[in-house]
Amino acid sequence: MADVLLKAIKKSYGPVEVIKGVDIDINDGEFVVFVGPSGCGKSTLLRMIAGLEDISGGTLEIAGRVVNDIEASERGIAMVFQSYAIFPHMTVRENVAFGLTIAGASKAEKEAKVAEAARILQMEHLLDRRPSQLSGGQRQRVAIGRAIVRKPEVFLFDEPLSNLDAALRLDMRIEIGKLHKSLGATMVYVTHDQVEAMTLADKIVVLKDGYVQQIGAPMDLYHNPANRFVAGFIGAPSMNFLDVEIVSREGDSARIHSDLVSEITVPAWREGVPFSGRATLGIRPQDLRTVDTGGILQGNVAIAERLGIETVVDITLKDGSRLLVSLPEDRVFEPGQPVELGFDPARAHLFALDAEATRNAA
Amino acid sequence: MASKLTRSNRAGWLMASPGIALIAAFIILPFFLAFTFSLTNQRLASPNPTKYVGFENYRDLLGLAYFTLEPERDDAGAVVRSADGDIKYPRLRNFTRNNPDYPNLQGKREWFSWQSGENRKVVLASDVVFMKALVNTITFVVVVAPVQAGLALILALLINQKLRGISLFRAVYFMPVVVSIVVVSLLWRFIYSPGDGLLNNLLSALTFGAFTPQDWLGNPSTALGSIIAMSIWQGVGFHMVIWLSGLQTISPTLYEAAQIEGSSKWQTFRYVTWPGLRNTAILILIVITMQAFALFAQIEVMTQGGPLDSTQVLVFQAFERGYGKQDISGGSTISVILFIIVLSVSLLQRWLTREKK
Repeated sequence: MADVLLKAIKKSYGPVEVIKGVDIDINDGEFVVFVGPSGCGKSTLLRMIAGLEDISGGTLEIAGRVVNDIEASERGIAMVFQSYAIFPHMTVRENVAFGLTIAGASKAEKEAKVAEAARILQMEHLLDRRPSQLSGGQRQRVAIGRAIVRKPEVFLFDEPLSNLDAALRLDMRIEIGKLHKSLGATMVYVTHDQVEAMTLADKIVVLKDGYVQQIGAPMDLYHNPANRFVAGFIGAPSMNFLDVEIVSREGDSARIHSDLVSEITVPAWREGVPFSGRATLGIRPQDLRTVDTGGILQGNVAIAERLGIETVVDITLKDGSRLLVSLPEDRVFEPGQPVELGFDPARAHLFALDAEATRNAA
Repeated sequence: MASKLTRSNRAGWLMASPGIALIAAFIILPFFLAFTFSLTNQRLASPNPTKYVGFENYRDLLGLAYFTLEPERDDAGAVVRSADGDIKYPRLRNFTRNNPDYPNLQGKREWFSWQSGENRKVVLASDVVFMKALVNTITFVVVVAPVQAGLALILALLINQKLRGISLFRAVYFMPVVVSIVVVSLLWRFIYSPGDGLLNNLLSALTFGAFTPQDWLGNPSTALGSIIAMSIWQGVGFHMVIWLSGLQTISPTLYEAAQIEGSSKWQTFRYVTWPGLRNTAILILIVITMQAFALFAQIEVMTQGGPLDSTQVLVFQAFERGYGKQDISGGSTISVILFIIVLSVSLLQRWLTREKK
């Protein structure tokens, strides 16, 4: 059982604390994605699990064993790097077999394990090439092959697709998803791309400024973001936020309004949402609809992007703020055209205004 | 048809011309002059007209002969021996001076010889000093190239660590490079000084007086070694910096990947560091080889080729002949020979270290 448990993990470089106490439970066989903006500490966290960075505080357990002071090679992990980290002077075969060569494995064992990894990754025809003769996607395949050969209990991926072009990224994303299904190993994957996170993960960990913002299944994060940061980070285009006034609140629902928003009742279950005063209303662009009359919001079209399957409309509200609307159809808008917008208040989100509420909310 | 370079770049050529003229006057012209002089009897200053002599200069330098000296025999055919039992041989000069039976030995002198039964085998050279210089130069290169490159690599690996105060060590190791080789040679003359020199004192102190002070530069068996040691010390910092630059081009993630695979320090060096240094290694090998063949200042300052020609080297010989003896054609010939040797060695090294596909 290769559970990975992070308990109150901290990391500091001198006086600068970059990971400020993180608790994450990763179950055996789970695909967990660490996601967050640059500098949030997600890569550092992964490197601490790998054993490439010392752990400044807290305990790290892999498969029931505290590994804080155990060498990277003894932790039962394999890592795939963003820059592939394949050895340029070795053939693909030698690269994939590197760990076995180090361990002094026999030639027959190497042959067998390399062949198996090559079969899983469908790269038998590449084995005798050198890295300089490979494309980015093929190189990343070699790096994954080297990881597979180690038969690790935990795979660690550090932004493995960031150096690939968009089309290849999609292919490799699907490959990695399949690989997880076929190997059934625990995988921890770091990315700044929320689409990768949403599509691959069993569980997403959203990090910001060294704190966990929320841990949960992709759809859980999408539908019930714990705070404004998670709400804005998950989903594309990003959620719209509007300042509103709470008129009254009863239990988990509140009546709100503002100069822009006519009075509606929205869910208000989040911790820290006040009973009166100002708050932030969040609405996903996909939840907004144009209506003929009686809309909740009014504005003018600034620009519309037609993508065929959807139309993303940038709307300027009365006070000059922007709002994005994503309509699931191809529609033509004229710049400056006035629009009325409506949405289902039950699908709106209410957040506390206080920026501190995004901290350590989980 | 004129190329674009010559047609439309008048200003460019004009600006480049002082540089081109200087390079032509001080590099290209002397290079070809050396070839020309080596085929003549040109002297530095002489009232006699210069004559074309073909390859005579080369013959005078490179001429070699092998000769078996048979012992003197008495009328009965028995070997004549001296009072202490040594075999007596006829004098070598009987064969090398105006002996019409041995035109190939004319003017040659004994370089070295060995005993073979009753006979003595002698290798004669037209120019024994040149031959000694050639052997010493090659010895110097063969010792200095691997030792200096190896030490420089070890130093580079040591200073490539992230430690507090590491830049102090970098500076210290690099310091000898900044000091002129002439100054270094002068200082090392004091270090090597017989009797009371620093090295003798140090060795005596370390061995509690058991070490007998040596005349390092005055003894034919230690002179070349002393110069080799000093030259390695002086040049090692420069090559250390080149190795260091090579080390720093190796991506840190390769080391991390090796670390995760459980690679030991030696395996990491063997599989990650050394292959990553391949091009640096070729560069360093060729540069050291060329520098070592050009050995001159240390000899000029410290030993002047002595004692007993034990530190004669090619460049020093070229210089001494060309300017000391005003025999510019002889000096040029040595320069050309050196050029050919260095070129061949470099080409050989490039061929040996070529990318194998």
